Amino acid sequence: MRRILVGIKRVVDYSVRVRVKPDGTGVALDGVKMSINPFDEIALEEALRIKERGEADEVVAISIGTDDTQQQLRTALAMGADRALLVKSDEAVDPLTAAQVFTAMAKAEDARLVIVGKQAIDDDANQTGQMLAALWDRPQATFASKVEIIGDMLRVTREVDAGLETLEVDLPAVITVDLRLNEPRYVKLPDIMKAKKKPLEVKSFADYGVAPTQRLKATHYAAPATRSKGIVVKDVAELVDALKKKGLV
Amino acid sequence: MSSKVLVVADHDGSKLNAGTARAVKAASTVPGAEVHVLVLAADGAAVAAAAAELAGVSKVLVANRAENTHLMAAVLAPQVVEIAAGYTHVFGPSSSFGKDLMPRVAALLGVGQVSDLMSVEGTHTFKRPIYAGNAIITVESPADQKVVVTVRTASFEAAATGGSAAIEAVSTSAALPSHTRFVGVQSAKSDRPDLQSAAKVVSGGRALGSKEQFSLVFGLADQMGAAVGASRAAVDAGYAPNELQVGQTGKIIAPELYLAVGISGAIQHLTGIKDAKTIVAINKDPEAPIFEVADIALVADLFVAVPELQAALKAG
Repeated sequence: MRRILVGIKRVVDYSVRVRVKPDGTGVALDGVKMSINPFDEIALEEALRIKERGEADEVVAISIGTDDTQQQLRTALAMGADRALLVKSDEAVDPLTAAQVFTAMAKAEDARLVIVGKQAIDDDANQTGQMLAALWDRPQATFASKVEIIGDMLRVTREVDAGLETLEVDLPAVITVDLRLNEPRYVKLPDIMKAKKKPLEVKSFADYGVAPTQRLKATHYAAPATRSKGIVVKDVAELVDALKKKGLV
Repeated sequence: MSSKVLVVADHDGSKLNAGTARAVKAASTVPGAEVHVLVLAADGAAVAAAAAELAGVSKVLVANRAENTHLMAAVLAPQVVEIAAGYTHVFGPSSSFGKDLMPRVAALLGVGQVSDLMSVEGTHTFKRPIYAGNAIITVESPADQKVVVTVRTASFEAAATGGSAAIEAVSTSAALPSHTRFVGVQSAKSDRPDLQSAAKVVSGGRALGSKEQFSLVFGLADQMGAAVGASRAAVDAGYAPNELQVGQTGKIIAPELYLAVGISGAIQHLTGIKDAKTIVAINKDPEAPIFEVADIALVADLFVAVPELQAALKAG
């Protein structure tokens, strides 16, 4: 079976302005809106499109998180994933732990392709896909803006600093997706009902032979430095004067 | 124990990427560090010569292999791991090159990675941003493990030039995969300053309204000798190419002057510019969040204000 695994992370919704707790022990997350990491939604959309083109047989949404993460996996099932796997963890895991779990899943599921977002918008680490590719000893095509399957290989266009780079990689492979790969579909109500019947298996780290480890210890959280209030100029002439005063023009 | 930091150079085969000099600067802030630069290339002589001039670098290692003609993470990572054996830290810039490569290196080493380093607080203590820069976290890495870091280049000045480090050829025996092949790269060639290292940047947003009208931004930038940037909205709409995107998921920059034209200033955009020395915003919406960070604010229709500004600059 040509199977695609898609990493889904539950994160604070992109529209929430996260604030640091006054005592510096973390960020205030009580009661904030949680969503699928936006990049992971794009990853899932791409997997679904590949399947709809007849180039894959099954799409499996995979995640690591608390029981509440089932909400995001149900959304992924409603979007069109066939089934879901959740490794239960009450603590946030570091990217290498996530990559170890995903590697074990890729092997156990005999995955042809694993697609993940290029970064999660909570820790902004941008590591898991690359680490997974390393541990799985397979190619990585990061920051993808276009994906084509050509027989047993992928042709991927990547958003890089210089512009757009194209790579060819042999399958199985790992793709991390960038913003402009696609626009994820909206979930329709009947699909939400159908998703309730789709299989969602809850697993443990031990099932995949992984001992979760926090390699980097967070010791303090601080609010970023704020910029001091600027001046308002009333017209272009004043703007030019202000720029000249600063020696910028 | 003294620290030995290996900085992996980002380059295009002939020139050293500007981010490398900033990663070197960051590396030199590790207490007691001896800083070496690693150039992986097909023929790295020119790049190595440039790296050897960076202040603070005591040695440049050049690993020439035909497989390094195009810099691909899966091919480079095993070589970096082999060469990193004698080092306590491995640094790379948070460029698309470093972001692609360094986590693969970290995973092969079995260690975590500090992404987007903002400051070095100790040999194993670092600060980095999370939540699009809404929080700055201090992290400690285990003292008995190698530290892998990508450097948020906007947080560090470029290392000065004028040094003269020794250049040494190194060979690697790591087996390299053939499963990843370079096809090509498409860049919008331009004579404009590079967005990542430019002193001045003129940036346009969704309010430009079309690709044709975005040329207003290019015109103003050219007149000011500035690089061009764009908001995610402008790139998504096709007004500007992807490599010009500034923000959380695009480029993080720290120019002397950032002139935002028709950019509302989503938090994801602001995180990419908050290290700019002076932020100027032109927007017709007085409530636009960009004005909360602007040093100089002009509430005006950009289609009136930009031509006026061009005329004023021309007049001197």
